[in-house]
Amino acid sequence: MTHDPTPAAARPMIRAEGLGKTFVLHTQGGARIPVFEGLDLTVHAGECIGLHGPSGTGKSTLLRALYANYRLDTGHVWVRHGPDWVDMATAPARVVLDVRRRTVGHVSQFLRVIPRVPALDVVAEPLRLRGASEAEARARAGALLTRLNIPERLWSLAPATFSGGEQQRVNVARGFVADVPILLLDEPTASLDNDNRDVVLALITEAKQAGAAVVGIFHDAAVRAAVCDRLFTLTPRTEAA
Amino acid sequence: MTAACAATRDPQAVPATAAAPLLAVEGLGKWYGPRLGCRDVSFTLHPGEVLGVVGESGSGKTTLLGCLSGGLTPTTGRVAYHSEAWGPADVHALPEGRRRLLMRTEWGFVRQNPRDGLRLGVSAGANIGERPMAVGARHYGHIRARALDWLSRVEIDPARLDDRPASFSGGMQQRLQIARVLVNGPRLVFMDEPTGGLDVSVQARLLDLLRDLVARLGLSAVIVTHDLAVARLLAHRLMVMKDGRVVEEGLTDQVLDDPHHPYTQLLVSSVLQA
Amino acid sequence: MSADAITFGYLDDQTKRMIRRALLKAVAIPGYQVPFAGREMPLPYGWGTGGIQVTASIIGRDDVLKVIDQGADDTTNAVSIRRFFRRVTGVAATEKTAEATLIQTRHRIPETPLTTGQILIYQVPIPEPLRSMEPRETETRKMHALADYGVMHVKLYEDIARHGRIATAYDYPVRVNGRHVMAPSPIPKFDNPKMHNAPFLQLFGAGREKRLYAIPPYTSVVSLDFEDHPFEVQRWDRVCDLCGAGDSYLDEVVTDDTGGRLFVCSDSEYCTTRRDAGHRGPAADSTAAGALGATLSAVARDRTEDRA
Repeated sequence: MTHDPTPAAARPMIRAEGLGKTFVLHTQGGARIPVFEGLDLTVHAGECIGLHGPSGTGKSTLLRALYANYRLDTGHVWVRHGPDWVDMATAPARVVLDVRRRTVGHVSQFLRVIPRVPALDVVAEPLRLRGASEAEARARAGALLTRLNIPERLWSLAPATFSGGEQQRVNVARGFVADVPILLLDEPTASLDNDNRDVVLALITEAKQAGAAVVGIFHDAAVRAAVCDRLFTLTPRTEAA
Repeated sequence: MTAACAATRDPQAVPATAAAPLLAVEGLGKWYGPRLGCRDVSFTLHPGEVLGVVGESGSGKTTLLGCLSGGLTPTTGRVAYHSEAWGPADVHALPEGRRRLLMRTEWGFVRQNPRDGLRLGVSAGANIGERPMAVGARHYGHIRARALDWLSRVEIDPARLDDRPASFSGGMQQRLQIARVLVNGPRLVFMDEPTGGLDVSVQARLLDLLRDLVARLGLSAVIVTHDLAVARLLAHRLMVMKDGRVVEEGLTDQVLDDPHHPYTQLLVSSVLQA
Repeated sequence: MSADAITFGYLDDQTKRMIRRALLKAVAIPGYQVPFAGREMPLPYGWGTGGIQVTASIIGRDDVLKVIDQGADDTTNAVSIRRFFRRVTGVAATEKTAEATLIQTRHRIPETPLTTGQILIYQVPIPEPLRSMEPRETETRKMHALADYGVMHVKLYEDIARHGRIATAYDYPVRVNGRHVMAPSPIPKFDNPKMHNAPFLQLFGAGREKRLYAIPPYTSVVSLDFEDHPFEVQRWDRVCDLCGAGDSYLDEVVTDDTGGRLFVCSDSEYCTTRRDAGHRGPAADSTAAGALGATLSAVARDRTEDRA
């Protein structure tokens, strides 16, 4: 957590060092599933890194560890949070939450539906949490939903009844609404048609141009080619620890 | 716990949220004679934080809540509360009068059974007005206006203002209790299974309401629940209790998505699949 | 104290000392309910056993006793208590408020203002003003100790919500000396202002609940209320039908079975004194008033015999 004088363009935003993760499944006889070990990753402002590798190599686990959704056994995830560097692996909960509120956005594979909360409010929430006014948050959320082709008649409904694609677009809108400097995207285009996929690609490109550091998992090679500046390849670990 | 070392390394990490903790709990333990209620509970709660305490019945959650809120006297340890009015205070060393005053001003307690938290013999308006009156409100019209405002905030028809809560449904009673507890703008609210005993559809509405109120009012809260879905929606952080001890704690989504302790894994795998 | 004074009156000397000590404490902490070891009295609870024990503990040979019930000297309760004290102490009895040194009362404060040196003793059925809101004695004691009196306003709030105004008409709660909330016994709230800064000592005795409390002279007694619903006493748009008094608490008396009724002073001594002085009410010459007057006279004759 020290100040970094590096110029903005080349500024590292994430410095992950020596990450190691093993799942221990106590409900299944204490089975150990090692995922990765000694992993280093640096992401700069304005670049998009695609996590790459066969399924089961821990792409999602790594992405979630960067968001501090999964806990690491070893290593640090340093994230540039305003003027400070915060280690997401060890910071207190309230600091991690503050980083999530102001610095790191995460688009998960599936929308976690909250009963009774309308789509527009689901999307506007991250902005509200950052202190935007109700009106401003809703206006931006509406604009994003429009861009993602969610018809206005659905805005006031809770997304529980939406189709998979609609839910995913609501999820994407929620991730992009707040203009955070770091974006973690887990298959954001997976269940989208071509038109909507292109909208998401445009959103990612715009975010990069605005200086966001993006880490994503993109199943589709064409999508990878369109937005990723480089790939970070994870290799399968076969041996049980 | 790993979180502690980051905090130690640089306590000024995030100035916006690094204010003094509202509640600091150290080595809290409670025995009922030879029977253990809870033990070795330590944590801090900062302004605006919502802490969920999960675990099965008999795991010590309710005992812990009782000790935190001053209702029960712990056998060991201490609970320090940073009062807006009086500064730092040891909750259990406070004179009874101060503790009562806290419960009407800076604190609130939402009970599982609304009948325990309401005055059933007087109207909804009187129930909401009680706390303002307890701290000196003496203008009937203003008290009534506040009660009306809070009825609408908890989505109860204002026409029910003069009705007794005995005639309300369980969900309405619980919402009325929440209005009664929140009317004086507390900073810290203790909740004991706030959605327990309610139908699932009623639960969803109450949860949404609580979630919205907690966020809008910037409340700090300790919420005891055995329902992991409730914890997921309301709590920033979770403590998992088993046999009177905290076996795991962390960010809510960490604990629920990547549980480490065998008991938490069991809890998550048994409940969330429902 | 002379030797025979030890057995003066009904109570033994130990009991009187115990009650006097409790009364001293009660006077020292205005409005605070002091527990005392209430004795069995030769009349049932609810008939003024608390007030009688207080009277019996403080009465002396030179005292002049007046006993009233609902403002009247001639009701059964007042008559039997007066007879009791006449028999066990032999002190003088009176109906004249101004002449009495001790006045034991149920449900009223006399209309004639009391003065320094007089003592008013109230019979109290339920001494705990918080009881209707909080059934647990342990809790009400804590509430008094902490001056935690919010629920009293909850009760008044509920009154207004239900009736549009504070409908509590008697035993209207007061705050004594800015500290303790006190039940003034079931006097009409009309009498509450007479308690405030009064020049006389007020003692309260609850026999069943075994509690004593007191208001020393010149102590503030404030009736609880709201800023926008201030405390108000009962008012009548008429005067006493017998004596024409416009400043007294009126009782409605049904005089026949065709809807005939009179409004007369509840304080019978006050009314009689005014009539003796020549005051006449609007219905003073009616048949009903005549019949009522005759009844009062008959009772007065009985009382004369009683005093003899």
